[in-house]
Amino acid sequence: MGPLAINEIISENTNFLLAFFIGIGFGFVLEQGGFSSSRKLAGVFYGYDTVVLKVFFTGAITAMLGLLFFSLFGWIDMDLVYVNETFLWSAIVGGVIMGAGFIMGGYCPGTSFCGAAIGKIDAMIFIIGLFIGVFFFGEAYDLFEPLFHAKNMGSPRISEFFGISEGILVLIVIVAAILMFWIGEWAEKKFPREEY
Amino acid sequence: MEKSKSRNYMNPYLAGILLGLVVLAANFISGRGVGASGAIKSTIVAGVETIAPAHAAGNEFYDNFSKANAGKPIQNWLVFQMLGVIVGGFLSGVISRRLTWKVEHNPKIKSRTRLIFALIGGILFGLGSQLGRGCTSGSALSGMAVLSLGGFISMAAIFGTAFVLAYFFRKLWI
Repeated sequence: MGPLAINEIISENTNFLLAFFIGIGFGFVLEQGGFSSSRKLAGVFYGYDTVVLKVFFTGAITAMLGLLFFSLFGWIDMDLVYVNETFLWSAIVGGVIMGAGFIMGGYCPGTSFCGAAIGKIDAMIFIIGLFIGVFFFGEAYDLFEPLFHAKNMGSPRISEFFGISEGILVLIVIVAAILMFWIGEWAEKKFPREEY
Repeated sequence: MEKSKSRNYMNPYLAGILLGLVVLAANFISGRGVGASGAIKSTIVAGVETIAPAHAAGNEFYDNFSKANAGKPIQNWLVFQMLGVIVGGFLSGVISRRLTWKVEHNPKIKSRTRLIFALIGGILFGLGSQLGRGCTSGSALSGMAVLSLGGFISMAAIFGTAFVLAYFFRKLWI
């Protein structure tokens, strides 16, 4: 049955329309969770507000488990679902640059659009920065190209990579997340939070 | 008014479950996860193509993306999705009464400082998202959902770096 667009159960235009509605859900949930506030987002790095940790990992686990169940029930063919490619060095270096951007800017791309949607001017400036950054990468592409394509590992799933079943891998992630939630709850009590 | 009505955010675990269901729906419907930086790439590629077509055609980064989108870089799944994100965020702000024009910052710093670092942060995040093939949404969250090795690496690199650098930028936030 699923994925509906790839199995041509819905047309390309319907897929684009549904993308818009998925986006509404995405933006709504991010804003409701508090991801439109840079001070809430940055809080996870100082322990005073760990909403990022809680929402992000609960989201990841829910999606993982959902896909695992859908696959088990035969509702979705996981071979047709896009699995992100892994280019080891660009993933690490790109991630490090993004991490630096996160702690300085207080947003990531998705959350900055949520912040801008409710009138946060710092989020709008961050978005201008995003456009400059992407444009700069495009213009300096020749410079980045060797690193961009280094160590192509294909599209491995982490379970395959470690040679364990998907179920066990998800279980490990859940246990790790629960431990982190526990640390997060403790940190929020330890570090004072102002109202903002 | 210790806690004004506008400050009531959703329980984070409930928000997380709903977020996971959004990612699940994206995979079930479209066979892909959610994202954000890809929509910016679409806009940049479309813009460069319109303003300087020869330049765009001669650059592998722009040209590959354009070809992958059948010559219409703006007609991309993520562009429609990001338009939705703006609408969804706005609707949530209306319902929870959080619509205000403001520069949100730590009272210990000037709003000008906040804006300068927001710009620098945005530039770095934009650049890093292209090098890393996706941002927190597309690579880390959606990648992890499909158990992509790259998704886990992105997540660890983004959050790990921010934690390591947090000490040096503490004056911005605490």
